[in-house]
Amino acid sequence: MNTSETNASEPPQPSRRWVNVLLGSGVLGSIASFLYPAFKYIIPPLVPESTSRSVVAAKAAELKRNSSKIFQFGSKPALLVRTADDQFKALSAVCTHLSCTVQYREDLHQVWCACHNGLYDVSGRNISGPPPRPLEEFEVHVQGEDVVVSRKA
Amino acid sequence: MDTLYRRLMNWLDERFGAGSIEEFLRHKIIPLHRHTIWYYFGGMTMFLFVVQVLTGILLLLYYRPTPNDAFESVQYVMTQVRFGWLIRSVHSWSANLMIFTAFVHMFSVYFLKAYRKPRELTWVTGMFLLVVVLCFGFTGYLLPWNTLAYFATKVGTQMAGSVPLVGKWLLIYLRGGEEVTGATLTRFFGFHVAVLPGLTTVLLALHLLLVQRLGMSVPPGVERRIAEGRETARSMPFFPNFLLRDMMGWYAALGVLGALAAIFPWELGAKADPFAPAPAGIRPEWYFLFMFQTLKLLPPKVLFLDGEFAGILAFSLAGVFWVAIPFIDRKVGFGRVTRFFTGLGVFAIGYMVVMSALVFR
Repeated sequence: MNTSETNASEPPQPSRRWVNVLLGSGVLGSIASFLYPAFKYIIPPLVPESTSRSVVAAKAAELKRNSSKIFQFGSKPALLVRTADDQFKALSAVCTHLSCTVQYREDLHQVWCACHNGLYDVSGRNISGPPPRPLEEFEVHVQGEDVVVSRKA
Repeated sequence: MDTLYRRLMNWLDERFGAGSIEEFLRHKIIPLHRHTIWYYFGGMTMFLFVVQVLTGILLLLYYRPTPNDAFESVQYVMTQVRFGWLIRSVHSWSANLMIFTAFVHMFSVYFLKAYRKPRELTWVTGMFLLVVVLCFGFTGYLLPWNTLAYFATKVGTQMAGSVPLVGKWLLIYLRGGEEVTGATLTRFFGFHVAVLPGLTTVLLALHLLLVQRLGMSVPPGVERRIAEGRETARSMPFFPNFLLRDMMGWYAALGVLGALAAIFPWELGAKADPFAPAPAGIRPEWYFLFMFQTLKLLPPKVLFLDGEFAGILAFSLAGVFWVAIPFIDRKVGFGRVTRFFTGLGVFAIGYMVVMSALVFR
């Protein structure tokens, strides 16, 4: 019988096994340390949310009754509606379903999302279609000419 | 001519044994039977992919992947660059035809049970290629930075974001931030022109190697008729006989592409405006319509899950199931067809067609 073959089929000596474990974990550790920066790199640095709590959304004269305007609030679009009975309503314009930008439908007097046919009332309540939650509603103050929209406290 | 070729082959053979490679390429034969026509669709998909690579390289000469320039650069290609309209339209049409032929190829392999042992891995690599092709479609769609693309990307990435635990991470990874911005465009551009072509090269090489090594599958029904002596086994060599037929198909496809591009140049639409509402009638590319319509019809809550997540979960599970079909349909074999799985395929096609049609109601 070939002696070298017999040796190969025997379990490795304990010292040999330790060398394998040490070498192996060293190599694995080094590979992890190579991959870690790459994984961190692909996630972009967080941009801090805009802290502004209020914004001038429009001039009051700009909007007729039963019309609307999209304005920028922080980094996201928001919707200012002047209802048919002359109230100002401000809502987040980001649909709670899959985050399309909603619009005010003058024919329906409701807020509509074109992407998947979601409907909200002018206070942001989801009334039909797939949206799971209401739109966030903001406070509106008319200060002279300016329509000021602010987050609820 | 022939002797020159022989001498060149001999020279290469003496250096690194090129003869065995030639032998490997020559041994493939194409079985001839009443389903032979379906063998054309894999090659057709690959040809259209080559068209994509070539026209894509041409588009790279003028395209600029930033939110301020992307739309304008595509507009420039369409209006100023000589034959730019042709190159871009061929790229778009070829992309759509490629997805169509890939689906035809996939379903023909499915119904002819070509995934059965020993071709399970060919099926799996093919399904991965199909996913990669859909990713090509999704990322490429954003690059012109128009309104439709902007909202399609917003919805598509938001869907990834609704996955539990890793959703948020996935969304930020895909978008390059919380919102769809220029960072998203840069990323999608990188995926579209570097990551996905690299993946495709590896997967396609594996897929072709397996096809070459295993040869073409003969459908179980034909196998049985041959075994019972009701049909004689006929075949033709792949090289050059079938390849020449393939090439006739490719030549025709080029003609169709040119005609489509000339008669229906691909539209560009309006430049994306992150602060405009989603336009009425918005919808994704036709190959995502069945998922789109499903999401539209699902109520806000399905059992205890959010509707959109339930839909995405169902489609993901269906996808995993489809990839694993060769390991689930174990009964299919020599001369034996599993009717349940055939029925399942009919249902899948029916679902996709009906749901897509409902969009146009």
